[in-house]
Amino acid sequence: MKTILIHGGRLLDPAAGVDAAKDLLLKDGRVAEIAGPGKIKNTGDAEVIDAKGLVVTPGLVDIHVHFREPGQAHKETIASGSAAAAAGGFTAVAMMPNTAPVNDSPEITRGMQAAERGARVRVFPIGAATRGVKGEAINDYAALKAAGVVAVSDDGLPILKESTMREALASAARHGLTVIQHAEDTNMTAGGSMNAGPVAFRLGLRGMPAEAESQLVERDIRLVGELNDLRPHYHVAHTSTAAAIVAIRKARRNGMRVTCEVAPHHFLLTDEHVAEFNTNAKMCPPLRSAADRDAIVEALMDGVVDSIATDHAPHAAHEKEVEFERAPNGITGLETSLGLSLEWLHHQWKLPLGRVLSLMSAQPAALLNLKGRGTLAVGSFADVLIFDPNAEWKYDAAKTLSKSRNTPFDGWTMRGKVHWTISEGKVAFKAEA
Amino acid sequence: MIMTTQANSSARRKVSLPAAPTLPFTHHPGSALSVEHFSLAEITHLLHRAHVLERENPLMRANRLARRRLGLLFYEASTRTRTSFELAAKGLGIDTTLVSNLSSSIEKGESLKDTGLTLKAIGVEAIILRHNSSGAPWLLEQFTGLPVLNAGDGWHQHPSQALLDLRTLLGHVSPRHFTGDAELTAETLKGYTLTIVGDILHSRVARSNMLLLPRLGAEVVLTGPPELLPEIAVTMGRDLKSGGIRIERNFETALEKSDALIMLRVQTERLAGLDLDLEEYKKNYQLTEERLAKYAPKALVLHPGPIIRGLELTSAVADGENSCILEQVHNGLPIRMALVERAYAALDALEMPTLFGQENRR
Repeated sequence: MKTILIHGGRLLDPAAGVDAAKDLLLKDGRVAEIAGPGKIKNTGDAEVIDAKGLVVTPGLVDIHVHFREPGQAHKETIASGSAAAAAGGFTAVAMMPNTAPVNDSPEITRGMQAAERGARVRVFPIGAATRGVKGEAINDYAALKAAGVVAVSDDGLPILKESTMREALASAARHGLTVIQHAEDTNMTAGGSMNAGPVAFRLGLRGMPAEAESQLVERDIRLVGELNDLRPHYHVAHTSTAAAIVAIRKARRNGMRVTCEVAPHHFLLTDEHVAEFNTNAKMCPPLRSAADRDAIVEALMDGVVDSIATDHAPHAAHEKEVEFERAPNGITGLETSLGLSLEWLHHQWKLPLGRVLSLMSAQPAALLNLKGRGTLAVGSFADVLIFDPNAEWKYDAAKTLSKSRNTPFDGWTMRGKVHWTISEGKVAFKAEA
Repeated sequence: MIMTTQANSSARRKVSLPAAPTLPFTHHPGSALSVEHFSLAEITHLLHRAHVLERENPLMRANRLARRRLGLLFYEASTRTRTSFELAAKGLGIDTTLVSNLSSSIEKGESLKDTGLTLKAIGVEAIILRHNSSGAPWLLEQFTGLPVLNAGDGWHQHPSQALLDLRTLLGHVSPRHFTGDAELTAETLKGYTLTIVGDILHSRVARSNMLLLPRLGAEVVLTGPPELLPEIAVTMGRDLKSGGIRIERNFETALEKSDALIMLRVQTERLAGLDLDLEEYKKNYQLTEERLAKYAPKALVLHPGPIIRGLELTSAVADGENSCILEQVHNGLPIRMALVERAYAALDALEMPTLFGQENRR
């Protein structure tokens, strides 16, 4: 592995409290040295990256992606998904277990991390919370954790049964794992294909009510309270409703280990963006009302949200080019998350750059206890993003490194151009000159 | 767009938001996807053309679009809409071909996109689509680039039905508007109250009429039980500049104010998951001779069909003198002739070859 010297950049490492002109030396996959500009001597063999005018920051961490391997390689593989991740500035992603077969065993968990998968950045598997994600019997969390899972979830489906959720929270707590809930009471959303509300009524589509999310979050928070002695960590995936935010905010005030993530599409778009049955605006949870979206933005601003996560969910074109009700849920997001977050959260809404980066790196890394990630302190992994926070560009989905192009953000203006993504000391992505 | 967000608990500030979506493609000017897409001037013209075409010598009329090609693509059962679109097209001299989901490669899993492209390759220049999924005509138009006439999509829209309902109403209310000799305006149906009764949730006919009649100044009243008429239905009227939409749960109160009624069939095939007591429904919302005589003796009774005698209305009402049900069916044909004529006029106006191998005309 080549030694890399990054010089001339502005090091912005919110976890370490650093925002200053610094040079970095990356060696053996770790951050070896940090010093003032020009202070690190190139001993001759280091690759030198000129980061003048650029921000050097911990590589981004996305704790919610779907890479479709094993089972649906036509949508995405670990290799293609992680290449898209690198292009988007991510150096670590956590991969949901709803592959085919479902990741509910140590064998599959290990298979996902095998070198022959060709991952461009670090891929952390999330294990299925229940056998076959059927929501009944919980899996062997000790075995899954030993094989490398960083959390458990039935994402794509909820853990609906109260007794199962209680057991999952208790067992996960004993093994130091987080339970990530896809909060959707499927009894209330059956047949629904978008947010319940005036737009769904007008379009003649069955709606998915906001309460289907918030009521399950409330139920789960009650369980977390009941299991308080075990200090379970409960995390709400892709939070989309004002009512769920209210419940999460309250739980945290009460000192519970309750965290949440939001996706860029939920802080930017509303159900109006379904427009004329755009299947690239169909995902689960669906785009919500303007009031819900405003509450999500507010929660990002005031710190209730712990992480931005993409819920990157690739689907082949022919799968999305069907009747709206028949189209699968999900959109891609890895290549647009940083650009949208910088454009809207930072440039438009004035959230400080460090806060945005923290929501995309330090906080998600801490949330899943990814040691040595989300910071560039000496000794941590050499996961580095070097980018220009002000550069404006337009997203062209046709050029994606993902195998799929199902995004509502094609042609949108983005801010913040990724120049280099370095994963554990290796260049995973380099922008064309 | 501007919104206010609470940045800190104290300071409220204004932030801009991403613009409302720009529609991904422009519609074919010959398409009839939603009744919203028609201006009042355009509807006046359609009424006029319907009137002219209806009275024209059939042999002359059949020369208008002789040997042009049209596809009828039906994913759902239909009697009135299919036959009247088919006879309308044939009346203009068009060769039609019918593809139904039950007797075609759709059964083998062919997608809507591929079915549409296949019809286009055969030389079909316009497609009439009936589909059980809301929005399907938008998809078909997007992928074929052909004018698509929406013959009913899911719960969503049924524009030709709303137009023929309007023609039927105008035949009783205003003959000069019926013939298209007078321009429709936001005042044309001012003071006129039309009540839609029953299964509004599942009804594309209700939605299309709710988007059309208030634009002419009419007051639209919705009545039905909450399972079939959710409160949210009134939001359909929130952007109205004229007329209005409101809910009146009591059928008899609604009847008293009604100049016309649109009775709807309870769509039992779409009731999955709904626990509806049909006996209770009949008790509260069935249109009987007694109710009609007592509360709305002069009201016109419309129904898009199919009617279920003894459920939403009694046989006596269906056959009674207030009933316009067969008149509606009759009005459907000329309206659909006008819509088909409009589609081909738009094609010809684009002055592009429509033969196989040519690219989309946009």
